[in-house]
Amino acid sequence: MSRITTLCTATAMALVMSGGAFAENLVIATVNNGDMIRMQGLTQDFTDKTGHTVEWVTLEENVLRQRVTTDIAAKGGSFDIMTIGMYETPIWGANGWLVPLDDFSAEYDVDDILPAMRGGLSHDGTLYAAPFYGESSMIMYRTDLMEAAGLEMPTAPTWQFIREAAAAMTDRDADINGICLRGKAGWGEGGAFITVTANSFGARWFDEEWNAQFDQPEWKEALTFFTEMMSESGPTGYATNGFNENLNLFQQGKCGMWIDATVAASFVTNPNDSTVADSVGFALAPNAEGVEKRANWLWAWALAIPAGTQKEDAAKEFIEWATSKEYIELVAANEGWANVPPGARTSLYENPNYKEVPFAQMTLDSILAADPSNPTVKPVPYVGIQFAAIPEFAGIATEVSQEFSAVYAGQQTVEEALAKAQALTNDAMEAAGYR
Amino acid sequence: MATQHSRSAARLMMAPAVVLLLGWMLVPLIMTLTFSFKQYLPLRGGDLGWVGFDNYVRFVSSSAFWPSVVATLTIVGGVLIITVVLGILLAILLNQPMWGQGIVRILVIAPFFVMPTVSALVWKNMFMDPVNGLFAHLWKFFGAEPVAWLSEASMPSIVMIVSWQWLPFATLILLTAIQSLDSEQLEAAEMDGAPPIKRFGYIILPHLGRAITIVILIQTIFLLAVFAEIFVTTGGAFGTRTLTYLIYQRVLESQNVGLGSAGGVYAIILANIVAIFLMRIVGKNLDA
Repeated sequence: MSRITTLCTATAMALVMSGGAFAENLVIATVNNGDMIRMQGLTQDFTDKTGHTVEWVTLEENVLRQRVTTDIAAKGGSFDIMTIGMYETPIWGANGWLVPLDDFSAEYDVDDILPAMRGGLSHDGTLYAAPFYGESSMIMYRTDLMEAAGLEMPTAPTWQFIREAAAAMTDRDADINGICLRGKAGWGEGGAFITVTANSFGARWFDEEWNAQFDQPEWKEALTFFTEMMSESGPTGYATNGFNENLNLFQQGKCGMWIDATVAASFVTNPNDSTVADSVGFALAPNAEGVEKRANWLWAWALAIPAGTQKEDAAKEFIEWATSKEYIELVAANEGWANVPPGARTSLYENPNYKEVPFAQMTLDSILAADPSNPTVKPVPYVGIQFAAIPEFAGIATEVSQEFSAVYAGQQTVEEALAKAQALTNDAMEAAGYR
Repeated sequence: MATQHSRSAARLMMAPAVVLLLGWMLVPLIMTLTFSFKQYLPLRGGDLGWVGFDNYVRFVSSSAFWPSVVATLTIVGGVLIITVVLGILLAILLNQPMWGQGIVRILVIAPFFVMPTVSALVWKNMFMDPVNGLFAHLWKFFGAEPVAWLSEASMPSIVMIVSWQWLPFATLILLTAIQSLDSEQLEAAEMDGAPPIKRFGYIILPHLGRAITIVILIQTIFLLAVFAEIFVTTGGAFGTRTLTYLIYQRVLESQNVGLGSAGGVYAIILANIVAIFLMRIVGKNLDA
């Protein structure tokens, strides 16, 4: 064999091998909601661009959370990319379980990601997960009922106004409740809502030494206010109502107001599902008079890479693709602007096409009003608004919210529930070695 | 008569099945026992070493423990009483010659084939919902204030849902038992002038003894582990947190595998105490 032939063969082999090394098959765990399913349908675009193939493991939210947590804690290595939320990211980042996402390309424009999202998905200033979409909470209200009550919704109302408006809109004979809010036990259901409500009354979960704060007057004020307002103007049995129950009630025209996830805006304004689609208005989540923090939360479903994966580079390429500006345009071209993943990038809200979506601006304003690194009036040692990003929180908050739900159902007083919450939180924090 | 060789061959052939079954039961049991003596926190670095009986002490001294045992026993007791009493009545009713007997029987048995999650959702949203539920409309029709079943009467509601699911099982077993009753015996009692109540008390009920025992034993085993109905309806709130639910919360929500495993061991002990108790008290019927 001549020297040239040998050289050519060697070069060809090197090319083939390097090509083989670059074309990876990525295994991605994700949640089974609409935006993620849509992404699966568009995966071919990623494969065409990079040569990498993708294998999806699509799971229901609770199952996904348990599956990825077990996998990453036990270093199972089943996934190259995981879909996680704002609760997990700072904890896992602190544990060194995630690959830092600090070297994205210039075109990706990491500064375009909304600062609140970056803050909630970071630990010590390093981004550990890239937001696929994000949400906050806001007021959705019936413009017709508001008008009939002779009131006008301010853009940034207070709780006192909300309570008065709720009472004015309530018409028990016509099955209309002034306000529908979550009372269902569970850290991500009623627990999340009462936590942001408490924030907006100046309360906090822990002081800087991780002592529970349920014995403070702000918590009592918030819980008493919530319970009284709901018994005046809320639906019967709200103690078992969560997101889905309230969504149903609102869509059936049985709620004057509903304060919940911004993502619900597209469901209540969709005439196929909602009987009140053409009379829904939006406003910022309320605050108590004299308190700067509003009752709005912040959440993102984000993509992260578990540390120790063999396919880190390909995984990063995928995350860049799925959370880029180009991806948003790809969805808009295929499915229309109302269906693009919201709440992650500033540029989306500057896009004239997206500005026409009726809830776009209020969603952005709500997200911007939320600051996970600085969630309460008084200082706290944790990141997160409707949760504290520590591993013990989900367990503690579920039990605390169970005590609160018992108040909503009239089974115990506000004082009893707060005393139990204080005791069980401090016990758990002591057991975990915080105090 | 089996020879030495054939016995050895039989043992050899059975060995895989025996090993598999033993492994099937022993591996999880040993893992539960091991974890229960460890501080195992997946989100805080995993295995943090042996801690002796700490988890056991912490599990029983938690304020949630005794209420959860009481909740578990209330559900088991409530459902057993309802299903056995109604099961006997339904079995007697279904045993009567009637028009469309086959269809009626299928309808009565149907709930047993509905998944627990589905039936809990149906009860929660279609019947017990205080705004849209059937009961709420019924209450309003008669001018009464609708009841928020799952929060105001949470335990009776869950007992009702679970009973609805298990009633077909009890009815089916008891119906089979009634059908095996010698009709001549009943006719003789009738001719001797025994009224229906006495015929039931002295002939039918003793005849059903063994079937009732089976119903109680099998249902108890399954009812101790009721989970989906609580998860879907109340999420463990309003005093409906059973021992199984508490263990779920400790392991999956609090991410404390050690503590949850200690709870699991307590649950095994509780199930065995209940089983032994039942065997002693009602199991005698099985020997008769």
